[in-house]
Amino acid sequence: MSVYPYLVAAWLLGCGLYGIVTSRNYIHLTICLTVVQASTYVLLLSVGYVNGAQAPIYAGISERSVVVDPIVQALTLTDVVVEATVVALLLALILQANKRYGTTDPDRMTRMHDE
Amino acid sequence: MRGGHSRARLATAAVGLVLVVGGFAWAVTDLPAFGHYHHRYGAYLAQHSLPQRGATNSINVITFDYRGFDTLGEEFILFVAVVGVVVLLRRLRGEEDESDEDINESQPLASESLRWLGVASAAPLAVIGAYVVTHGQLTPGGGFQGGVILMAAVTIVFVGGEFMIMLRLRARAQFLEMGEALGAAGLAVLGFGGLIASGVFFENFIPHGHRGSLFSGGFLTIANLAVGIEVAGAILMVLAELLDQRLLTRPA
Repeated sequence: MSVYPYLVAAWLLGCGLYGIVTSRNYIHLTICLTVVQASTYVLLLSVGYVNGAQAPIYAGISERSVVVDPIVQALTLTDVVVEATVVALLLALILQANKRYGTTDPDRMTRMHDE
Repeated sequence: MRGGHSRARLATAAVGLVLVVGGFAWAVTDLPAFGHYHHRYGAYLAQHSLPQRGATNSINVITFDYRGFDTLGEEFILFVAVVGVVVLLRRLRGEEDESDEDINESQPLASESLRWLGVASAAPLAVIGAYVVTHGQLTPGGGFQGGVILMAAVTIVFVGGEFMIMLRLRARAQFLEMGEALGAAGLAVLGFGGLIASGVFFENFIPHGHRGSLFSGGFLTIANLAVGIEVAGAILMVLAELLDQRLLTRPA
């Protein structure tokens, strides 16, 4: 039981990487990258979890309550923001590549050096 | 040719996948057992955020106060990424812009009820967004989360079928840019405020207020506001830029 949540993260990582490798479309590939990043959220949040603890927000709970680790939660917030910026930049790059080569298929873009 | 090519690629990838995912799974067995984590730093910050800062949301205190310097870097990542998107999507030579009237006529109109639903959702979303931003130091939420909801308040009108709103936003991009820049600068100014007031960068120099009240947590309220404005402006700018591209690249 003690490692199952971590294995979920491993599974998500594998799914995302498989999607990236077999992708036929750069937008699909970007979404697969977000799946890879989702595995880091699962990993971070499950590392900080404490059995029977409260959320680290002292609104309505005693000041002495046992709470889960707030650091990993703040880290996850950073993670989400970074993911959003990466996706925005990737989508912009895909748009420009599509304008130039008329395709979003990574395989069909290999002839770009012939120009 | 393509079949063989992708088969070789899959075989290569399979080796890598097994190694990475297998190694990952092996590595996590050495982590603290799920539900038994204890780290003194995290426990210390969680216990002291309320007594020291008067703010109940210890994650928000960590993000903007104890680790405010890190968040400043994170905010600049967002800022630079948006600048990158704008630069990448700048108008290139030979790209014609369509006038607004053309777009208006050729736009497939969404159903009337859908458009009304989009418009009607905007105000409640804006209120929720403002609530999440301003109560970041008390309850779950904060500048980053609330900023995204504020952005959604505008976007849902567009998704509902009122396409013109994004064009209007695009025409007033300087306000979005200003909001984004002001938000990013706001957090930096708070950091320097601590430096001036007490000699420590990002020292919380504003009185911490009454525990659990709206203005508790010292400068957390301002930090949340600044970041909320920046995030909403930044994402709206990216969306407006992407929409602009759609209009540019649409076949005539």
